[in-house]
Amino acid sequence: MSDDPANGDPASSGTVSGATSSLEVITPPWTGRTSSGSGRPPVARLEGVSKVYGDGDSEVRALDDFSFEFGQGEYWAIMGSSGSGKSTLLNVLGCIDRPSRGDYFVRDTRTATLDDDDLSELRSRELGFIFQSYNLIPQLDVLENITVPLIYQDRPPKDGNDRARRLAERVGLGHRLTHRPKELSGGQQQRVAIARALINDPALILADEATGNLDSKTALEILDLFDELNAEGKTIILVTHEPDVGERAQHLLKLKDGRIESVE
Amino acid sequence: MLLQTVSRAVSLGVRSLLLHRLRSLLTTLGVLFGTSSVIAMLAIGEGASAEAYEQIRQLGSQNVILRSVKPPESVNSSGGGSGSQVVMYGLTRADHRRIEETYPALDALVPVRELSQEVRHRDRVASPRVLATAPNYLDVTGRFLLKGRFFDEKDEQAVANVCVLGSELERHLFPTQSALGREVRIGGNYFTVIGILAPRVRLSDDPAQAGEDTTDELLLPLTTGRKRFGDMTVRQRAGSREMEQVELHELILAVDDASSVPFVAGASRRLLEMYHPKNDYEVVVPLELLARAEETKRIFNIVLSSIAGISLLVGGIGIMNVMLATVTERTREIGIRRALGAKRRHIVLQFLVECVVLSVVGGAMGVGLGLLIPIAVEHWADMRTIVTPLAPILAFTISAGTGIVFGIYPAWRAATMDPVEALRHE
Repeated sequence: MSDDPANGDPASSGTVSGATSSLEVITPPWTGRTSSGSGRPPVARLEGVSKVYGDGDSEVRALDDFSFEFGQGEYWAIMGSSGSGKSTLLNVLGCIDRPSRGDYFVRDTRTATLDDDDLSELRSRELGFIFQSYNLIPQLDVLENITVPLIYQDRPPKDGNDRARRLAERVGLGHRLTHRPKELSGGQQQRVAIARALINDPALILADEATGNLDSKTALEILDLFDELNAEGKTIILVTHEPDVGERAQHLLKLKDGRIESVE
Repeated sequence: MLLQTVSRAVSLGVRSLLLHRLRSLLTTLGVLFGTSSVIAMLAIGEGASAEAYEQIRQLGSQNVILRSVKPPESVNSSGGGSGSQVVMYGLTRADHRRIEETYPALDALVPVRELSQEVRHRDRVASPRVLATAPNYLDVTGRFLLKGRFFDEKDEQAVANVCVLGSELERHLFPTQSALGREVRIGGNYFTVIGILAPRVRLSDDPAQAGEDTTDELLLPLTTGRKRFGDMTVRQRAGSREMEQVELHELILAVDDASSVPFVAGASRRLLEMYHPKNDYEVVVPLELLARAEETKRIFNIVLSSIAGISLLVGGIGIMNVMLATVTERTREIGIRRALGAKRRHIVLQFLVECVVLSVVGGAMGVGLGLLIPIAVEHWADMRTIVTPLAPILAFTISAGTGIVFGIYPAWRAATMDPVEALRHE
């Protein structure tokens, strides 16, 4: 994998910052995207994150003192056997699960101090989700499904429908705007899901086994689409257990027992 | 902006409900029947009590009415006899005099005697209620004349052959002309018509209700009645002749003040007790009837609100049940929405809106059905019903409120789900 084509300062990103001493606690408004200093700041930064299930003897550490930074514009694949903590990591990155210990920053926003509403607002503004089983909402048509993240924002943009139309066009579904999910093929549904993940122009796109339910030809099309998005500067984190898929990404992060096994 | 949010929420709710048409329909039925039964029962209750009030009002709320009643023993004795036996019972002119002497402060004391006579004009025959009474009859009964005049003391003293017709009777005997100044034959005597009585004022315009011969009456002076027809009444009944001698059928005591009605009623009872051991009278006190009617209405209202409350409770539980099932079924959708940024209040709103849509649709249909039921009842059961404007509004508001109250718990359950768990749900 080559270096990040859009990043002139590769040292600032993708590094295992095992002993990060960032004590500054910043909670700026969502729009605070000012870069600090030379390179781009990391989009997602984990500092000593642990996720513990159960307690006492039955304690399970899904993530164990995990520290990492995902840089702006990077394309990461996360791999690991089941139980390695990759799903938990993705949930923490997606702000739908909170770490038991440690800090997680999306851009400069410290998530630990946010309440449920703020975290939801953060998801609707800064994160895009792509799931294995597409997870479109059955009673909504394509256009409505794409705009779902916007309607939950505190101040939804006025041009939401125009954006959704452009994105549907972008993923090749401009002629299917009024179709319901069940009228679409798996690949088409996943394209709608991708358009939905892009509608809020997120800091981070999180894909969970995004090609797991697709045949190999369609899977390749979707992966091509990811490459295009990455080339446009999108930050993508993809969880997969298929080595082929992992190879497609720029960087590969392997997990084992809630810790980092290797970084490529 | 808010309007847009609400309309989107409603449209989404409707679409989600349409995914399970039968289930949604069955759920609305609970609310529908609850709402319609509230309206129907209110209408029937209002109608019944209005009917009761009106009957009481016609008797006069400040009146005490003494009536002759045929004692049961005499019915038996005359029934087994040859048929020529004369039955004597009821109020007497002596009672009239005694009451007059006991209560000089009464507003009015009106004796009424009912005659059993046919009334004829040329070849037309009618059998109205023929009442012999005093000139102040109109004052105590609240009736009034359409035209002409009522008989006065002079007519009474002169034992004049004059009479007042009810408007119904006038129409029957004189279909093409006014009866005023003309003569009708009662028994063997001719009477000059001097006035026409107005129909009783009724709340209902329904002709089927108003047509109860309420104005099929003829009034004449008490003195004339006694002189021309005596105290004896002969009734032809089932082949046997029955003769009765009743001096007065009714004594109407008009009291000047409603607060002294109970006193006058009690004293009249004691007075009549002394002179009528046969118990051949009754004392009717409209004010007491009114109190009883009010008590009945109060009980009815309690029963009604219990039934309404229970039926809406059942409807509400139905809604809650279905919504809990829906929430479980749509756990994954909730997880997706939460992951995409929905806040808890968005999820609460979404499911609450569905509950409100269910209950409002049910409530609206219930109002429709509830307005039809009283019409059907009037038509088939011949009962009076009154739909007050408040009833549909009240019923609809309660049903919509039911949706909110019983929707809160399922909506809260949906909103407090853990997004990670919800997304994992199959």
